[in-house]
Amino acid sequence: MLEIRNLHVAIEDGSKKILNGLDLTIHNGEVAAIMGPNGSGKSTLSYVIAGKPDYEILDGEILLDGQNLLDMEPDARAAAGVFLAFQYPLEIPGVATMTFLKAAMNAQSRARGEGELKTPDFMRRVKVGADKLGIPQEMLRRGLNVGFSGGEKKRMEILQMALLEPSIGILDETDSGLDIDALKIVSEGVNALRSADRSFLVITHYQRLLNYIVPDTVHVMSKGRIVKTGGKELALELEANGYADYVSDVAA
Amino acid sequence: MAMPITSQTLRREDHLMASVTPLKTSVELALIAQGASVPALRQPAFERFAAAGLPHRRIEAYHYTDLRALLKDAPPLAKAGALAPSASVWDELDAFIVTIVDGHPTWAQSDELAGVSISLKSDAPDDGLAADSVFPKDGDPVVALNAAFVDHTLHLAVAGGVVIDKPIHLRIVTTGAVSAYGRVVVEIADGAKLTLIETHEGAAGALANSVVEIVVGDDSHFDHMRINLVDPQATLLTTLGGRMGARSTVTSGNFVTGSALSRHQVFLRFEGEGSNATISGASLLKDRQHVDTTLVVDHAVPECVSREHFAHVLDDEATGVFQGKIIVRPHAQQTDGKMMSRAVLLHDGATMNNKPELEIFADDVQCGHGATVGALDDDLLFYLRARGLPKAEAEALMLQAFVGEALEMIPHDGVRETLEAMTEAWLKARG
Ligand SMILES: Nc1ncnc2c1ncn2[C@@H]1O[C@H](COP(=O)(O)OP(=O)(O)O)[C@@H](O)[C@H]1O
Ligand SMILES: [Mg+2]
Repeated sequence: MLEIRNLHVAIEDGSKKILNGLDLTIHNGEVAAIMGPNGSGKSTLSYVIAGKPDYEILDGEILLDGQNLLDMEPDARAAAGVFLAFQYPLEIPGVATMTFLKAAMNAQSRARGEGELKTPDFMRRVKVGADKLGIPQEMLRRGLNVGFSGGEKKRMEILQMALLEPSIGILDETDSGLDIDALKIVSEGVNALRSADRSFLVITHYQRLLNYIVPDTVHVMSKGRIVKTGGKELALELEANGYADYVSDVAA
Repeated sequence: MAMPITSQTLRREDHLMASVTPLKTSVELALIAQGASVPALRQPAFERFAAAGLPHRRIEAYHYTDLRALLKDAPPLAKAGALAPSASVWDELDAFIVTIVDGHPTWAQSDELAGVSISLKSDAPDDGLAADSVFPKDGDPVVALNAAFVDHTLHLAVAGGVVIDKPIHLRIVTTGAVSAYGRVVVEIADGAKLTLIETHEGAAGALANSVVEIVVGDDSHFDHMRINLVDPQATLLTTLGGRMGARSTVTSGNFVTGSALSRHQVFLRFEGEGSNATISGASLLKDRQHVDTTLVVDHAVPECVSREHFAHVLDDEATGVFQGKIIVRPHAQQTDGKMMSRAVLLHDGATMNNKPELEIFADDVQCGHGATVGALDDDLLFYLRARGLPKAEAEALMLQAFVGEALEMIPHDGVRETLEAMTEAWLKARG
């Protein structure tokens, strides 16, 4: 279970406050969606959960199954089960995708005190995962994300999530830059990972993704807070009416 | 500076000081005293060095590597040394080994290298004065010192059209706190091919100075590697001078983790059209190491291609220097020269001095250079850490890739893989 309480966050130099008392609880097995206008702080929330150092936490707490994430290094959070699929996955020239995947999986196993994967088992798992997402083997030999299209990068994020088996997967605008076929493939990849002990936080700007990854709960975010919470029908309502109602509520 | 000076040294110094620069440092005086034994044919080179002394910051080519200030000791000239047989990481290369131990070349007599003749000569080594010399005409002090003190020049000659598949491993070793000078002349006749792996091992306190001259014929191919693994308390000065014929190919891959102080020079001149040179290198430095790489690539004829790529990783208080000059002579049209120097600073105390230069006198050329200095990218580090890699491991992965970019230009698989493993070990030792 992920519990976020009264989270206040500013940019590191204190020049700008982005999250303003955000509360959010996601239960095991739950798929929660966050929708909100650009600039409302959605990516910031995902980065703060994952432990990006550019932010100053002014107040509040983030607990994953009772562990205080804010006290942990980013790699320790990953080993504890946090996975962030980046809105803009980074290119790492010279680091072959396979090398990277193996390093990440082994680092997490080690951190959890488990043994490292044997190479043939690793290769098989990657192959099976890549095939499901339509990622050609040739891409795995290239530098991580180097020269990949936007859609390929997003698929690579989902492959990483499948291999790392997090307890909470955070998807930041995974639908952006995807055509309808890629969107279906990626959504199937995510749906295949849904289970009773794994939860998801799906961040999106558009309702379309939620036709494929059907959420249990939908939260509306504006100006760094959750301003409305409902079921999946809330997404449809937002699609029809826009964010104007919620944004002005907060401004008032 | 307060080193005791013998009366004999003083007399010699008195004599020289009458005509030249006043005020020598104790290290210069010690070097000059060592010159008492220099035979007549090497006197001109010695006089040249004695007149100028060690280069200092007001000498442009040594601005960032002030040897007068940095060289703390001139250890005694080496006597003939012997190499205790020991296993080396290079044994797996299956190379033909030529050693220069404390300045004295030795090799096994064998017919393994049919087509290569190996011999010793006691002629006067080039110190830049020869009409066709590739070394700076105004005299490079490191080359002049070498020319003054080197006893025997080792000559390797490959006959025309002969392809030597077995690499020659030139193992240059200094066994104690001594000064040792080595000189190798490699002549590769037209249409021949040779691979030379030059490794440097040296004891603490050693001062080693070696020069490799290459003359590469038309349609020939020469792969060169130069690897500095000397003791962290040793000083190493190395120079590669090369002249290239038409349609020839030269690669030089450099790697440095050793030495307290070192300078690695390359002077390369294209003398025949349609040739191609690739000079690359990686230096991994920590503590207070000071390592200088200085290149001059002279496009004297049209239609040649040169690529230079150097990577520095600098930790602690280490200093890296990269000076790279591409000269394009007035008639050298269609020259294609690209030079890149990239440095990563891992610590606030580390310093990188980059001095890339283009001197272009032709109008139809494609030349460029770039230099970057910075810390590792924080966003990339976060991405790796968010996937579970601890900070040190994430940094090591990025640095391995950064260094790999330079190493991948080395065509010899065995050497490249060994250097990759050495890079990994160096990064691991950082912790
Ligand atoms: N590192 C940063 N430096 C400066 N401004 C930032 C930084 N991160 C986020 N912001 C600002 O904070 C606000 C929220 O950004 P973000 O979390 O990316 O919103 P969203 O993902 O909802 O579009 C925006 O106004 C953005 O410009
Ligand atoms: Mg965003």
